[in-house]
Parts: sequence; structure tokens; C-alpha cells
Amino acid sequence: MLNIHNLHVAINDTPILKGLTLAINAGEVHAIMGPNGAGKSTLSYALAGRDGYDVTEGSVTYNGHNLLAMKPHERATTGIFLGFQYPVEIPGVSNVNFLRTAMNAMRKRRGEAELSGGEFLKLVKTKSAALGMDYEMLKRPVNVGFSGGEKKRNEMVQMAMINPTLAILDETDSGLDIDALRVVAQGINALRAPDKAILLITHYQRLLDYVVPDYIHVLADGRIVKTGDKSLAHELERDGYAGIAA
Amino acid sequence: MNAVPTKRNELWRYSDLQAVAAVWPLPAPEHIIVPAGGEFSRAIVQDAADNEVAIQTIDLVIGKDARAVFDILNYGGSFGRIAIRAVLHENAHFRLNTVQLGRARQTLEIVCTIIHAELGATSRQTVRTVLTDKATGTYLGKIQVMKAAQKTDASQSSKALLLSRLATVNTKPELEIHADDVKCAHGATVGELDKNALFYLQTRGLDEAEAKSLLTRAFVMSVIDDVQDSVVRDNMIAHTDMWLDKVAL
Ligand SMILES: Nc1ncnc2c1ncn2[C@@H]1O[C@H](COP(=O)(O)OP(=O)(O)O)[C@@H](O)[C@H]1O
Ligand SMILES: [Mg+2]
Repeated sequence: MLNIHNLHVAINDTPILKGLTLAINAGEVHAIMGPNGAGKSTLSYALAGRDGYDVTEGSVTYNGHNLLAMKPHERATTGIFLGFQYPVEIPGVSNVNFLRTAMNAMRKRRGEAELSGGEFLKLVKTKSAALGMDYEMLKRPVNVGFSGGEKKRNEMVQMAMINPTLAILDETDSGLDIDALRVVAQGINALRAPDKAILLITHYQRLLDYVVPDYIHVLADGRIVKTGDKSLAHELERDGYAGIAA
Repeated sequence: MNAVPTKRNELWRYSDLQAVAAVWPLPAPEHIIVPAGGEFSRAIVQDAADNEVAIQTIDLVIGKDARAVFDILNYGGSFGRIAIRAVLHENAHFRLNTVQLGRARQTLEIVCTIIHAELGATSRQTVRTVLTDKATGTYLGKIQVMKAAQKTDASQSSKALLLSRLATVNTKPELEIHADDVKCAHGATVGELDKNALFYLQTRGLDEAEAKSLLTRAFVMSVIDDVQDSVVRDNMIAHTDMWLDKVAL
């Protein structure tokens, strides 16, 4: 599904990713772990197409298409979802208006029928209830005044609504108490399917107790330095990144 | 009639003076008197054709305990100017909600002079200006508090959103206070669309233009939401949406 080959990304001419290679197949859950500053968020932004994240070398294909040639909204429309490490506040735009506008914009571009007000409302009420997000909160401006945990839950509501094919989740677990972590994990597990894939970016192994990945990669200094199965998380927990990356 | 104004006249400093000269002399101002205890409201949607010069001048007197509310959308014409001069008597209230939407080479301006003449009057002015292309948008807000006008409570808030680096915004609050027990607050900001928010929206499937339009609409809605009359409010929203569809964001 996703094929990243020898990816080099620079920010303001400073190289951050330095030859990252990773292949993700449909049905798989991959976790990327690594110390702060390793380039994890840089990878997620580069995959989502953020301005200022310059790909200087390498390639990324998504279902055979050159992902790097696509604009951010085209990447979203083709099924890629980025869960933000720091979800953005948008004063004056309600969550429901935002979500409905976004979903219908993508549906229109894919040649699908737009969701009616009623259909949308039914769906958003079901999905938000499943994720323990009060529907009343969704009438408020996007993420404004939300706690860290509420913002992450809100990312999960958006993901559940959009139902992407590839979810890239950047530290969706950070800043969550254990109850919220369980809810978020539930949301992620609900997305698991043979035709979908998930890339979990995380700093701690905690989340991986709830969402068990097929592969774990260690990212250090802009490269994947080690790949293993779920037991690698516990190794990392015990020995720290320093031993692995050395 | 007096002479065509020049740049040296503060109230015309940023105007399109060529346009002004073409329509000079101006018709006499519209006089509005709100009697003591009265209520007055006026909605203005200035949507003149692209090449027109649209200048409106209003002289307003708000009597004791009376209220006047102006809801304004200023977005038409090559030069669109709305000038209001209001004298507030005891405990009078004046409210101004204004949106200006400028594009191409338009010059738009709101010139508001509020005279707090007597005790305890309040005035609230909110102006939101969105400019793209090479448009110019101006808000001149002068507040004069006379000696007798103790307990005056006056506020002005002006925010401008620049969608183009070639657009120009002029904001000038001016206070002239002769009483000592008064509250006068003013705030003015000029900004661009939040890049983080734009990217966030794009990762959720809106293209760049759609994302800009959604954020711009939200900026303007902060004023329109305050408009009490729902018919006026819906009309302002409809015009704003027409404008957003027309400009290339
Ligand atoms: N906007 C930026 N400008 C310059 N350097 C940046 C910027 N964003 C991130 N970096 C640098 O890139 C490196 C990787 O950052 P990031 O991808 O956020 O790491 P991680 O998510 O793994 O903690 C860090 O050294 C960070 O300082
Ligand atoms: Mg990060």
C-alpha cells in the first residue's frame, strides 16, 4: 500500500530524514518509535504533504501512485489520514461544520453522493458516542478550549468519520490518562481491516499494549535503525533507545 | 459647497480622492434623530457595481436612554465609503457591527466619529476587514468624550485579515477625552490566515481555496453572529458567501 524508499526530507535546508525506507502492506499495523527529535513528526508531515518539508531525495508511492506529486487534500481524498501530535485550534468553525464540509468535499471529488444533514448527524452521533466524546462538544469550535486528551479523542472521531485507508497517527497516545488511552486504542483497533493499514508513531510502548502492531521500527537520526515484532517495544522500554541506535 | 477634500484632511486621508472628486459635491448627509428612549436600527449592505463610487454620510443624534444599532456590510464599488457621525446624549447606546470585504483595486472605508456629549453613554464598535488582491481597507474611529460625559464607556475593536501581500489596511483609533471618569478600550490587529489551520483543513480533504474560504468566513462570522435581526444576518451571510465565491483565494 505505502512504499517509502530512501526518503530524505529537509526543513529550511537542514536534513532531518536521511534515507528512510519502509513498506506497509494492506492489513498491517506498523509502529514507529524513537527518541524526541528523531524525525517522527517530520515523517508524518512529509507523508501528508506539508509545505516546508522538502523531499530532497527518494520516493513514496501509495497504491502505486506517486504520493509526493499530490497536494495535501488529494492525499486525504485518496484515503490517507494524519492524526496530529498537536491538533490545531480553529476559532469560529464548529467541529460538525468542519467535518461535514471536509467529508462532502472529498466525497464530491471521488464522485460519491454527499451526505445529507440527517445522514451526517446520525453518523457523527454514533461515532462520537463510541469514542466517549460528548456530541455537544462537537458543536463548539474545532479544538478550541479542548484539553489535550479531548483533542486526541477528537482526532479519533474525525478518523472514525472519514474512515481512511491509511491512518498515520502521530503520538495520538501522548497526554492521555489510562481511560482515554483505552478509548483511543479502541478507536484505532476499530479501523483495523484487511484492506486498511495503520502507522502508529509513538514515544512510549504503552499504546502498543492495546493496539498490538505487526512490526515495530526504531527511528533514530532520520533513519530506521531497527525493525522487529511487538517484543521490540519491551526491549526498548527496558534498554532505552541509546542501546539500540548505537 | 466646500472644496474637494485633500490628503491633509484626516477624515479623507486614505480615500480614493480621484473617485471623490468625480462625485463632488456630495449630497447632504442623512440626518437621523433617535428620540429619548427610542430604538433605532439600520442595516446597510453596500454592494454598488464594480465601477461605481458609493459614499454615504450619516449624521446621527441618539437621545437620552435611546439606542441605535448599525449593521454594515461594505463591499461594493470602486470606492465605498460609509461615514457616520453620532452624538450620544445621557445613557444613550450606539452599536456598530461592520464587515468590509475588499478585492481587486477597491478602496473601502468606514469613518466613524462618536461624540459622547453627556453622562453615562455607551458605544461599541466592531469592524472586521478582509482584503485581497490590491484592495485598500480603512477604519477611522474617533471617539470624543465631552467634559459632561462622565461614566462614558466606549470600545472599538478592529481586526483585519490580509489575504494578499499587496493589500493595504489602515486602522486609526483616535481618542479625545475631556472627562476624567471614563472607560475607553480599543484594540486593532492585522493578520493573515493561520498556516497551521490551513494545513490541518487540507489534511481533512479541503483544497487550499476551500480551506481559505472556510477560515475567512469564520473571521467574518464573528461579527455577523452578533447581528440581532435574523433577516439582516442571513442577508449578510448570503452576500459574504457570494463574495467568497467570486474572489480567487
Ligand atoms: N520547523 C522546523 N524548523 C527547523 N527544524 C525543525 C522544524 N521542525 C522540526 N525540526 C527539527 O527536526 C528534528 C525532528 O523533529 P520531529 O520530526 O518533530 O521529531 P520527533 O517527532 O521525532 O520528536 C528536530 O531536530 C527538530 O528540532
Ligand atoms: Mg513528534
